[in-house]
Parts: sequence; structure tokens; C-alpha cells
Amino acid sequence: MHLYLLPILFVLAGLALYVVLGGADFGAGLWQLATLASPRREEEAEERAERIREHAHHAMGPVWEANHVWLVFVLTVTWTAYPQAFGAIASTLAAPLLLAALGVVARGAAYALRAGGRDRRELARIDTIFALASLLTPFALGATLGAIVSERVPPGNAAGQLFSSWLTPTSLLVGVLAVALSAYLAAVYLAADAAREGQAELVEAFRVRALLAAAVAGALAVAGLFVLHGDAHRVYHRLLDGPGLAGLAVSVAAGLATVGLVLARRFEAARGSAALAVSGMVAGWALAQQPYVLHGLTLRAAAAPHETLVLVVVATIAGATILFPSLGLLFGLTLRGRFDTGAEHRAPSEAPARSDGRAQGALSPLRAGLRTRLALAALLAGVGLLTVAEAPWAHGVGVACLFAAMIVGFLALDPARLAAGAPGAGEESAGGPPGGG
Amino acid sequence: MQALSFAVHIPLVCFGIALPAIVLFVEWLHLRTGDPIYLTLARRWTRIMAALFAVGVITGTILSFEMGMLWPGFMARFGSVFGLGFAIEGFSFFLEAIFIGVYVYGWGRLSPRAHLLSGLPIVLAGMAGSLMVISVNAWMQHPSGFHYSGGHVSDVHPLAALFGNSFLWNELVHMYLAGFIVTGFLLATPYALKRLRGTWGRYERTAFAIPVAVAAVVSPVQVLVGDWAARDVATEQPTKLAALEGLAHTTRGAPEHLLGWYADGRVKFGIAIPKLLSLLAFHDPNATVQGLDAVPAAQRPPVNIERISFQLMVAIGTGLALLGAWFLLAAWRRRSLPASHWFYLAATAAGPLSVVALIAGWVVTEVGRQPWVVYHVMTTSEAVTNAGGIPVGYGLLAATYVLVAGAVAWVLRRLAAAPLKLAPQAVAGSPGGS
Repeated sequence: MHLYLLPILFVLAGLALYVVLGGADFGAGLWQLATLASPRREEEAEERAERIREHAHHAMGPVWEANHVWLVFVLTVTWTAYPQAFGAIASTLAAPLLLAALGVVARGAAYALRAGGRDRRELARIDTIFALASLLTPFALGATLGAIVSERVPPGNAAGQLFSSWLTPTSLLVGVLAVALSAYLAAVYLAADAAREGQAELVEAFRVRALLAAAVAGALAVAGLFVLHGDAHRVYHRLLDGPGLAGLAVSVAAGLATVGLVLARRFEAARGSAALAVSGMVAGWALAQQPYVLHGLTLRAAAAPHETLVLVVVATIAGATILFPSLGLLFGLTLRGRFDTGAEHRAPSEAPARSDGRAQGALSPLRAGLRTRLALAALLAGVGLLTVAEAPWAHGVGVACLFAAMIVGFLALDPARLAAGAPGAGEESAGGPPGGG
Repeated sequence: MQALSFAVHIPLVCFGIALPAIVLFVEWLHLRTGDPIYLTLARRWTRIMAALFAVGVITGTILSFEMGMLWPGFMARFGSVFGLGFAIEGFSFFLEAIFIGVYVYGWGRLSPRAHLLSGLPIVLAGMAGSLMVISVNAWMQHPSGFHYSGGHVSDVHPLAALFGNSFLWNELVHMYLAGFIVTGFLLATPYALKRLRGTWGRYERTAFAIPVAVAAVVSPVQVLVGDWAARDVATEQPTKLAALEGLAHTTRGAPEHLLGWYADGRVKFGIAIPKLLSLLAFHDPNATVQGLDAVPAAQRPPVNIERISFQLMVAIGTGLALLGAWFLLAAWRRRSLPASHWFYLAATAAGPLSVVALIAGWVVTEVGRQPWVVYHVMTTSEAVTNAGGIPVGYGLLAATYVLVAGAVAWVLRRLAAAPLKLAPQAVAGSPGGS
């Protein structure tokens, strides 16, 4: 194992996770689009469509931001460990990347907007933006990937074609496949979420959708082999009778297993196998593509110097040791249903009201004078060390003193007590509810 | 184009740095006192935090796209030197996203203590993230940790490049404090407006006092830190200082010009204060300050943009510091909030003005570095993409940002307009101390 291979493994793992988790997110948006697009007259059908959208929205609520940071991870590790390849890809494929970026912006904005939506019409309009962006982004990212697969990105600053590099059969295929996979993953996950919440009607709705999407994605994958044969011959060969075959086999087996599990209504197991099917696809592609990352540029040649690679690997592993437990916590809480609607009152996060004298300010008043003096002392020391003294170490200590001055000063101010005290020159304290007790 | 995205992203970063800390403080107050008013505030601000973070995630993602789309030359050559900073930043961004999810959706669903704890990583990750991003910027200002010759980078030491850099610390502290100032004043602005319109209950007073107290403590200190940063610029980037001050010729005992316009090698219509520049920059009224003529004309940054941004930043910063001092004085002398109508007028303006100062300050560092992207190593024109169609992309992105900004304004208004929706719930929950 060479050192230059390690970061690409991280990148691929990140990419697989992004395709699975981010894809499920995009897919949820796509299913919202499906409910919005079909014409409906009756009130009942309208309500049902709305329930589907609400379910899709709520299921990704707590996790969507984390899901999309995987993309940031993939990008940053790529540009650190393989700067040449990154520069070439990003400049030649600026057009599809810009489209993807616009999609990301619109999605995030629509998501933030939903918090302010009031009535049904507003929400439906916001959901439409969200859903359209959920279609655009995976397609554009897939097209980007397709251009890399069909080796149309030469190394160098924007050395490839701005449009014809990615408006190709392979790119279109991978783009559409990305959309189909997203829809498939989302349907499986949403069915599982609905089953956990015991909403039988939604379970059925998403079960049918999962099977449909699986059929479409499967058909696209088979069609894709023919496209690759004509458009990306090297990768096609290495995929079918080269090292990529193992990944392809895993993908096919896991994909079929998922269909079986969904048919049998074992949704939680289907989550895992669906993810495995997609990961297998990523692995198969990576194996088929290597040792070249771009046309005529091997991974080894694209890699950064030794010390950078060592540090990237160390930083990634160190980061992962913090990251995975945190992610585990988030997904654990989400999947155990702690964030579901209705779980709200299981553990009220309200502190008991206190009736002792501390109800208004949290800090005891006696030490406020002491705090003020401490803050002033730290401020003076900070000014002396930072502004008057010249040595770098003095500046460091000076900054520390200033931080201490700010924190102690803030506590000495005790703004809560200031506000609770005499009401400036305003009215009676009518706005807030009365203090505890 | 990237400038545009940064200008949108930076204020959001400020909220990312400071808002979680303020929200946590309020939640802690609630836990200490059991007073539902703090719970209402914390939950209200949590919604703002969540909405702004969502927008911050997207602008952040766009920035990482743009790094490659616009600056392929820069990335390809130096990605191995500074990329590590962004890779670590990626992780802290990740942690922030995870715990924001837990925190926002955990209200009412986790035990109070667990919920408070789940907010701490957000604050820490915000700190780590700003450290990383600024370490990259500081490296661009003051590059080191590699050997460069004939277009090839060798002998790369990313750790030394990113953290063994004197520029990092003053830039970091300056930015970090700016985060608290902007968040503090901006968060207080709507409540100051309410005071001016006559609504001034205990809820409004508390919501005003807490963020303003933060900003009031921080803004005077920021003046000191800014002075420290300027002294570092004087020694490390003399051309930038010369542009900031419109100093055409290397001068002994250089004067400081206030206001005015730089043309034909001097500042016109400005007020000159003799020897002040030398005194400020080197603590010696007779020190020699290097002028613009020390470098060829092609290597000078645009002087007027620099001067105006710099003076704007300093003027607003000083004003904010005075406002903070006013608040502190009132608190110290009378143990109450300032009573003057004027204070609240000024506080209303302070929020938007602090954003102006923030962006002006960013222009000062970044435009002052021109024409270099990596100071004295690589010019911006070497780094930029060769791909056509930049104006098209620029227009698209600008239009999108206008839409997003409008959307954010709309959602914040909606969030602010929902009149104390949470309060009755909070009150209903607290009797009996359950």
C-alpha cells in the first residue's frame, strides 16, 4: 500500500457516504416534486400529498446539514492531497459545477425559508423550489463524474472543453442515474422512517415508490454498460473483466437483496443493503478508473508531496475519531425516533422554576464589585503587554489577558440583572412572562 | 465572484462564531434560574441560528466549489501547502452541522443538561473552524513553509506554513472578536427598534441587554487588537500600509491623513496630523515608514479602495467602541441600561454599521494584498481560471444571492414577527416545577 493511495480511499469513502446520505436527501426532495407535479382536484388527495411532503421534510430535518458536509469533505481532501487533479477538474468542468452550486444554494435557501412559511400555498411554493433544486444538483454532480469517467478532463488550467466535456452520453447517463439512485435510496429510507413511526399509509406509499425506483435505476445501470462500451471503452473493460468486476458484483447482489427486503417489508435491513449497493457501484468505478485519475495523469503523479499526505492522513484519522461518535449520536437519536413529532414531551428541557432570591439574575450580586475590579486589572495588563510591549510572547499573554478581561467583564455586567432592574425610561414590564415562583 | 460569495459568507460566519455562545449563555441562565423568559429567548434565537446556519452551509459549500472553479492555478500549485487547513476546517464544519442538528431538534426532547452540553461542541467547532480558515488566509498574506522556484513547489511543510505564522494570531483574534461584535449589535438591533417604538417590557430589555453587553465588552478591546494587527502589517506588508494611508514616498516621521482622496501621489483634501502614522505604526514619532514608491507601480494595490475601506472600518469601529463604553459606564454608574433615547438610536444603527465595518475590514486585508494572491509569490492573474464565461456565471450567482438575501430577510422577519409564540408554552410548562 502506497501512501498516495490512502487519501483517495478516504475521498471514495466520503463520496460513497455522500451518495448514500446526500442522495437520500435529494431523493426526498424528488418525491416532494412528484407529489407537487401530479394534478389533483380533490381535497383528500391534496392532504395526502401534503402528508408525504411533510414526512419527507421531517425525516431529513435533523440530518441534512451533516449529510451535505460530506461533499465539503470530499472536496477539501481532494484539493489537499491531489491538487493538480482538483485544479483541472474544477476549471474544465466549471459549468456543471456551477449548476450544482446553484442547486445547493436554492436547496439550502428553501430549507431555511420553510421555517417562516405560514400557510399551505406558501409551503407548497417553497417545496417546489426545494424539489427542483433536488433534481438539478445530483444531475449536475453526476454529469461532472461522467466527464471524469469518460476521461474528457485533461490536466491543466481549464484545458478541456467547457461544454462538450460533459454534454456527452456518459455524463447524461451518470447524471440521470444519480437522480434515479437518489430517488431509490430516499424511498427505502422514508419507508423505514414511516414504519418506525407506525404510519401504515405512508409505508405503503413509499414501498411502492422504492420498488419503482429500483426498477428504473436497475434498467439505467444496464443501459449504462452499453453507453460506457461506446463512450468510455477503457473503463468499460476494466469494469467488466478487470478489477472493477468485484464492486459491480457486490452492487448487483445488494441491489437485488434490497428489492427482496422491501418486498418482505424488512425496511431497516433494506437501508443497509441499499447503501451497500450504491457503495459497490462507487468502488467498482474507482477500481476500473485507476491507475489514472484524469486523462494521462496517474494518481501517483497527481498526489501532493509526502509530508502533506502524511498530515492529511493523520488529520483525517484524528478527525474521524471525533466525527464518527458524533455522527453515531446524531443518527442514533434520529433513528431511535427521539426527534420524531410527538416525542417532544418525553423529556421537557425546562428547568424547574426556582423561588429563591436568584430568580432574576443568575449570579450573586456580592461579587460583582470584585469581578469589575478583576476585569479592569486584566484589561490594564492586556493593554500593557499587547500595545506597549514588543515581544511576541508578551503579545500572546496580552491577548489572553484581554480575553479574561472580556469574560470577567461580561459576568460583572450581568446583563440579565441590568434588564431585570429599573426599566430604563420605558413602560411596565408587560412583554415578558413573570419570573418563576 | 469569489469576493461576492465571501462577502455573503462572512457575516454568516460571525453568527456561527458568536451566536451559539450567546444562546448557550441564555439557556444556562434559564437552567440556573428556571425563569421561562430565558427559555423563550433561547428558543427564539435557536431558530434564527438554525436558519442562518443552513444558509452558511450553502455559502460555505459554494466557496469550496469556487476555490477550484476560479483559482485552478492557485489550487493546483499550492493546494498541497495550505489545503490541510481546509481539510481540518471541513471536520469542524461537520461537527458544527451534527451538533446543530442535535441542538435544534433536541429542544424538549433531550434532558436539559444533555441539551446544554450538546450546544458546547458547536461553540468549539466554530472556534476551530475560524482558526483553520484564517490560518490559510494568514498564509496567503505571509507565505512560508515551502520552497518555490520556477513554478514548482517543493520542500512543503504544511504545519509550519499554517501555524508557524505571526500573521495568524492577530488576524484570528481580530476576526473572532469581530464575530462577537457583529452578532451582538445585529441581534440587539430589532430590540432597540422596539424600544424606539415604545415596547419595552422585561422580555425586550433582556433580549437587548445580553447581546449588547457582549458587544460592549468586546468592541473596546477590538480597537487594541486592531492596532496590534496594523503594527504587524507595518512590518510585514509595508506596501499595504502605504496604500492604507496613501503614503506615496518613503517618509521619516510620516503624517496620518484623515479623510480625503488619493491622487497624483498625495492625499488631497485630507486632514494631516504630523508624525502620527510613524507613532502608530512603530511607536516612534520619527520612525521611517515605507511609501508606495518602494515597489513598482504594477505591484501596488488600488490605493483609494484601500484608504476608504480602512478609514470606514476604523471610524465605525471607534464609534462602536464608544457606544460600548457608554453602555459599560451606564451599567457601572447606575446599575441599569442607558436611559437616553440617543443610545437606542445609535444601537439601532450599530448592527448594520458593524456589518459594513466587517466587510470594509475584509476588503482592507484582501484588496491590500493585490496584485498578489500569495504575497510576493503568485499574482492573482496567474491563479485565475482560463475558462471562459466567467461573467455569465457571475451574473447567475449574483442573482441567486440577491434572491437568497431577500429570502433570509423574509424568514428573519417572519421569525421575529411570530409574537412570543413560545412564551405561553414555556409558562404552561413551568408551574409545579416539573
